[in-house]
Parts: sequence; C-alpha cells; structure tokens
Amino acid sequence: MKADPANVRPPIAMLAELTHRCPLSCPYCSNPLELARQETELDTETWADVFRQAADLGVLQLHLSGGEPASRRDLEPLVTAARDAGLYTNLITSGIGLTERRLRALDAAGLDHIQLSLQGTTAQMADMIGGYRGGFDRKMKVAEWIGAVGFPLTLNAVLHRQNLHQLPRAIEMAVEMGARRIEVATVQFHGWALRNRDAMMPTREQAREADAIVAEARARLKGVLVIDYVPADYHSDYPKRCMGGWGSTGLVVAPDGQVMPCHAASTIPHLTFDNMRDTSLAETWYRGGAFQAYRGTDWMQEPCASCERKTVDFGGCRCQAMALLGDPAATDPVCIKSPHRAELTAQADAHAVAGSDLVYRVMPRDKVSEPAD
Amino acid sequence: MEPGEIPYLPRGVRLHHDRVRDTWVLLAPERAVSLDMVGHAVLSEIDGARSFGEITRALAARYDASPDQIAADASGFLRALRDRRFLEVQA
Ligand code: SF4
Ligand code: SF4
Repeated sequence: MKADPANVRPPIAMLAELTHRCPLSCPYCSNPLELARQETELDTETWADVFRQAADLGVLQLHLSGGEPASRRDLEPLVTAARDAGLYTNLITSGIGLTERRLRALDAAGLDHIQLSLQGTTAQMADMIGGYRGGFDRKMKVAEWIGAVGFPLTLNAVLHRQNLHQLPRAIEMAVEMGARRIEVATVQFHGWALRNRDAMMPTREQAREADAIVAEARARLKGVLVIDYVPADYHSDYPKRCMGGWGSTGLVVAPDGQVMPCHAASTIPHLTFDNMRDTSLAETWYRGGAFQAYRGTDWMQEPCASCERKTVDFGGCRCQAMALLGDPAATDPVCIKSPHRAELTAQADAHAVAGSDLVYRVMPRDKVSEPAD
Repeated sequence: MEPGEIPYLPRGVRLHHDRVRDTWVLLAPERAVSLDMVGHAVLSEIDGARSFGEITRALAARYDASPDQIAADASGFLRALRDRRFLEVQA
C-alpha cells in the first residue's frame, strides 16, 4: 500500500478536543503533558467551519471531547453547528459542568449520543482517581438527567490496578442507568498514564480475570448491553490497531487547531502538524506530512515489514514505539514478535507490584476556569 | 425476526445518505454501517408502525421476490443490528 494521496480514502471519524480544560485531573488523561491554554482555543466560528470541512471531506462521526467539553460555554451552539454540518454528534464527558438545563439545550441542539466516563463505582474510588471531591455524586445526578432527557448513553469505564475489582459493579451500573453500551477500557499507557505505570499497571491475574468477567457478562447481557472491551495492552500478545491504521479512518483536532492523526501524535518529535487556522482539512488529510509519515505500510521495519498481520494492526501504536523505544517506526513492543517484548513483560510485572502515589494531571500555571451556568 | 414483530430504530440510530461516498449508511453510537441495497431497502421501510411481515410483503411486491426470500436475505443483517442494539422491537 503506497501513501499516494490518490489511494487515500476519506476519514470516517473526527475527535474534536474542544478544550484541554477539565475540573478533573485523572492520572491517565490522554491529553498531552503540555496542555493547551484557554486563550489558544479555537473560537465557535472556527470550530463550526472545521465541522463543515470535516463533513465535506467525508467524516460521518464527530466526537466532541476534551478535556471536559462542558467547560466550553459555547458547547450548545457547537452541537448545533455539528448537526447543521450533517455530522453524527457524540459528547464525551465526565458530566461535570452539565446541568439539567444544559442537557435540555443540548437535546434541542440535536446531540445524538452521550458517552459518560466512570472513574470508579464508589464515590471514594471515583473522587480519588478523578482528583475531584463530589464528582461521583454529581455524575450520578447527571446520569439521571441524561436518562430523563432520553439520550442514548454509553458508559466508559477506565480500569487499572486500583479499580479493576469494580468491573462487575460498573457493568451493573450501566444496566441500571439504561445505557445500551459500556466501554470497558483498560488504561493505555500514554501521556499522563505513562507516569503512572507503577500506580496503575494491572497484574497479569487481574487482566485475565477481567477477560473472564467481560466474556461472562457479554453472554448474560446479550441484547441488553453491548460491551466493548479494550484488554490490558502490556498483557496482550499483539498490539492495538491504533485509530484503525494511521491516517486511514480518523483524525484529531486539538483545542488550538492542530490536526493530528491520533491524540498522542504530538509525542513524536519529528512530526509537524498543520493547523486549521491556515490549512484546509482536505489538504492536511491527503497531503499533510504528519498523516503521510506512517500511512500504509511502506514506512515499516522488520518484523512488521514481512508480517502477515501488517494490514491488521499496522504495526501497533507509533506513539508507544516512540515512548518505550525512542523510535516511532519500530514495531510496537507489545507485539510478541518484537525483540523488546521480553523486556516489556518484565517491566509490566515490575510495575504491577510497585507501589506509588498517583501523579495527577495539572494545567500549566494557574487554572483559568469558566464556571458552567 | 418474527413476521409479527414491529421493528424500530431507537433514538441515536438513523439512516444517512453519505454524499461523499454516495452510499447509504446507518449511523449509530461509534459506528457507521454501510448499507447494501437490501439493507437500505429494509431499513427505510421500518417506521415503528408496520410489522416485519408487512415490510417483507411490501418489499416482495416491489422487487418481484418472495417475502420469504427477502426475510432470509435480511435476517442475518437485522440480527447483527439487534445484537448491537441498533434496532429494537416493540414489546
Ligand atoms: S481523562 Fe479525566 S482529566 Fe482527562 S479530560 Fe477526561 S475527565 Fe478530564
Ligand atoms: S510484527 Fe508488526 S505487523 Fe506483525 S503482528 Fe507485530 S506489530 Fe503487527
């Protein structure tokens, strides 16, 4: 597969990181270590234009994310703009900053779906992980309002060593909330999470147990609750197919307008990113250097280059190869064919028994907060 | 799906014409399912009022096929949609 722009197909999904601001400070946040400041964020009109360009390019699904998207006071007009552009619009939120009134306004604006994050199934766990006291109780209130408005709901539980034992309860909660779907995501070690491997790495036994819990719940709740499952990365044999293949189905727009093939792409130092403020989305998608860099399979080294799975997982995660091996074109070290796999296994086992305090994400300098309603 | 069952698309699941690829898709949470002719024909008949039997009979008349054939062609696809909760049946 050549990275000739003529062979590149249009993207299907776009993740719009409306802001990096967030009342929570989850230690596994996927935002970059260098968070974008409020004054660099794109304004309402520019986002609306981004959404139109995305729809013209072929994007069907828009995920409004953050940080916490509800920290943007213009979230409601942004949803209107997204629906006007013809996009299926999903809100990815912790719930904090949403009120019943705002949810009704989002409903009127045409919001299609809500994905609510879950940091834990008890206030004690959730507030400890999110670093925000009262967050859990507020989230439960928001879940009730979501149900009352009638939004389709996905619960998104991020699991790691400290809360994996709460998985059965998380699945029960999803059913009780009337969610049609739950995402059970074992934490991925990028960004902030990379600093928290000692505190959050699940044990091998936990990972196996989670596999079994998910398999049992899937059979029992067939037709009631769909369970999408991201197993523990370091305890798997093959790496994750990040973003469905680099530059093949999805893209991310950062709060300041930078367009990236994945949310962690800024960790790869040699890449430069086009910005929505001066380059069209089509130009960026079809010809932008960052998108071309790891598109297709021509860039691969061995063992990927001659592997029969190379169009299945595309060699795994570029950012993980960068973070762990210092070479973004290397085979993802999670892969059993990687010469670094044995080392990774030893590291994973060591992290899993190491005790350490959580390192929370922090905004640069003092936080500029915008009160929601 | 039984002939007497009344299927409907729940909130958050909708048919959409993809103008860029010039094809019909079913948009749902985290998914865009491309539809072939049969899939699109069946889903565009679903209105939350008529039963599956009525729908297959209407399509059979239109496409000069037997209702059983239409039901058989669509059954795997509809079952997959129900398993993902993209399609519901009225109780
Ligand atoms: S992961 Fe936590 S801190 Fe990061 S944006 Fe989501 S809720 Fe906020
Ligand atoms: S060698 Fe590369 S392509 Fe093959 S399975 Fe491993 S990561 Fe995937």
